[in-house]
Formats: sequence, C-alpha cells, structure tokens
Amino acid sequence: MTLLPLIFDGVLGFTLLWLAWQLLGSPDLFRAIVLFIAFGLLMALIWVRLDAPDVALAEAAIGAGLTGALLLAALARLGPPSETASLDNQGDRASVAEGGGLPFRRWLVALHLVLACGLGYAVMSLPSAAPGLSDAVANSLALSGVSNPVTAVLLNFRAYDTLLEMGVLLLALLAVWSLGSTPDAPPDDQPVGGVLALLARLLTPLLLLVAGYLLWVGGRAPGGAFQAGSVLGAAGVLLVLAGWRLGRRFAQLPLRIMLVAGLVLFMAVGLFVMLVGGDFLTYPHASAGGLILLIEAAATLSIGMILAALFLGIRPDSRADQ
Amino acid sequence: MAIDEVVSILLLLAGAVFFFAGTLGLLRFPDIYTRLHALTKADNVGLGLMVAGLALQAESAAAVGKLMVIWLLVLLAGGSVAHLVAAAARRRGIVPWKR
Repeated sequence: MTLLPLIFDGVLGFTLLWLAWQLLGSPDLFRAIVLFIAFGLLMALIWVRLDAPDVALAEAAIGAGLTGALLLAALARLGPPSETASLDNQGDRASVAEGGGLPFRRWLVALHLVLACGLGYAVMSLPSAAPGLSDAVANSLALSGVSNPVTAVLLNFRAYDTLLEMGVLLLALLAVWSLGSTPDAPPDDQPVGGVLALLARLLTPLLLLVAGYLLWVGGRAPGGAFQAGSVLGAAGVLLVLAGWRLGRRFAQLPLRIMLVAGLVLFMAVGLFVMLVGGDFLTYPHASAGGLILLIEAAATLSIGMILAALFLGIRPDSRADQ
Repeated sequence: MAIDEVVSILLLLAGAVFFFAGTLGLLRFPDIYTRLHALTKADNVGLGLMVAGLALQAESAAAVGKLMVIWLLVLLAGGSVAHLVAAAARRRGIVPWKR
C-alpha cells in the first residue's frame, strides 16, 4: 500500500512540470493565465503533500487566486490580442526563420545546461540529513508567544523579513498608483448581472468570517496574516467585480490609513520594545502573543486592502481628480 | 466489511462516474454551452455523491458539517460561474450549437 502515495505524488509532480512547460510555451496569453492558475492550485496540493499547510494556503489564495485575478485584469486592459501579441509573435518567428535567433538560442541552451549541472551537483553534494533550523525553532517556541512554529518564525524570530515584505507590498501599490491614468477595465455596457451581485452579497460575509478565523487561529494552527489578508483581498476583488466602489468619503484619508496601518503598527511595536529596553522587534516574552496578534490584525487589514487596491489598479479617488 | 463502508464506497464510485462523464463531456461536447452543462453536472452531483460517501466515513459531526459546507460553497460558486461564463459567451455573440 506504500506504492499508492508514491504513484500519486509522481503524477502530481509530472503534471506540475508539464503544466509549467505548457504555460511557458503558450502563445495565447489567456490560455497561459488559465494554465498558471491551474499550476498554482496543483502547487498548493503538492505543499499539502509535503506537510506544509501554511504554504499551501498562501499558494492557493495568493499564488493561484489573487495573482490569477491580477493577471486576468491586466490582460483585459491590454486590449484585443490580435494587435499586440500576435504581431510580436510573428516578428519573433520571422527573426528565427532568418537565423537571427538561432545562435542566441544555442548559447541559451548551453548556459542552461551549465546551470543545471551546477544545481544538480549542489543538490547531490548536500549532506543527506541537513539539520536545518527546525530544532532551534522547536526549542525556543515557548518563548515566542504562539504555538504555531510558522507564525513564530514569521512574526517573532524573523519578524524583520515579514516587516520588509509588508513594505514591498505597499511599494508595489504605490508603483501601480504612480502609473496613474491607466483606464479602468474596458467598460462593460451591460449592467453587472444579478447573479454576480448576489454571489458577492452571499460570499462577502462568509469571506470576512473566514479571514477573521484564519487570523485568530494563526497562533496555533496553519493560518495567519497573509492568508487572512488574501481572503479579505478576495472579498475586495469580488466586490470590485460586482461593481461596488469605495464611497468618496472613505477613498481618501481613511483608505490610506488602512493601507499603511499594518506597516506602521509593525514598526511602532518594533520601536516600542526598544524603548522598553529590548532590541528592535524583540518582544518581551510575557506580551509576545498579544503583540503578535495585534500586528497580525493590522497586517491582515492592510494586506487585504492592498491586494484589492492592486486589483482595482487605479487610485480609488482618481475620479475626483478629473 | 460494515454496511456503511460498502455504501460509502458505492457513493464514491458513483461520484467518480459523474466526474468522468463530466470530463468526457468537457472534452468532447461541441460548444461552450454544452460543455458548461457537462461540467456543472460533474461538479454539483459528482461532488455531492463524494461528500455523501466521505461523510459516512467521517470521524465527527463537525467533519460532516465541514464537508457539507464545502459542497454548498461549490454549488453556489459553480452555478454562478457557469451562469456568468454562459452570459459572457452570449454577449459575445456565440451562437448555441445546433445539430
């Protein structure tokens, strides 16, 4: 009976590679995006098989779900594919036919072979039982204020990384907003269908509940700010699709406060513990659990808002500017 | 083998048949509307049978509840998405297939 999981894992792994190959080779962008979403879902399954449910949740929600939605939204804004994509492809084919691309490709293959050999050598020469850091994490888990080792690493032992990640996310949104006047997705003449509005109305409360649950459970079990935030973001995407927009009253300052709340609170807590007498982001053991939950709550809100705002693509108040 | 295990296996197999038929329809049916029809049948009924089969093997009432919630959510999402895809196809002027 030990053969069955092996076969299952083998099929999963090979399907993943095949999907990756198909999606990279697809000239049709829409097809490539759909394959990318399928790739993300399969990847999440593989993380589950590798006993990494935290990563699986994040991959399914962010990698497959929200990135897929972002890519589709970008594709919708590119306009009809016949003008841009196919012309480029023809140009590529023409240059290959002239032989212009061929030596380049040979060099590329050679370079990749070297890289593959190097990687293979590196993997083969690894010590068979790498100790890793899991023992160190397990030993000091009691000091972290949470009992889920992943959350302990992300929000306590390596909180610095997570802080920077929040910053990167915010910067990405700033970059998108700075690009400015990209038109809203080509306006559908049809009013948003009753089915979509109904779906959004039914699912939004449920998504809020799930996000709250993921945030709360993150201290003990798989979950946490990024997973909860991406569920919030999904709710935002659904509302945007259903035609709902933030009221002008909230689109200015309140929205911006929400967007930066996670990063600001994270840094504030980090600086505050320095005042109390520790190092940056080294929480006192007694209040670590509470501080982590506080940071994660603000981070969840900010991540959700940032992801939804990324999907919307333009500054929600830009209509007021015009 | 207990009777509930037999029933569970039969339900799971029936679900698998529906998923197989749905996949076959997705690959072989002539246009988008008929393919959607095949696909939603597999999702709704096939998953329902799977959930029923798995519920018989579940360890607790909470697990049964979670399975039911999964099925209801997929019903809701699957039905709505099928409607949206079909409506979008109709807006683009794709004519339903006729023999």
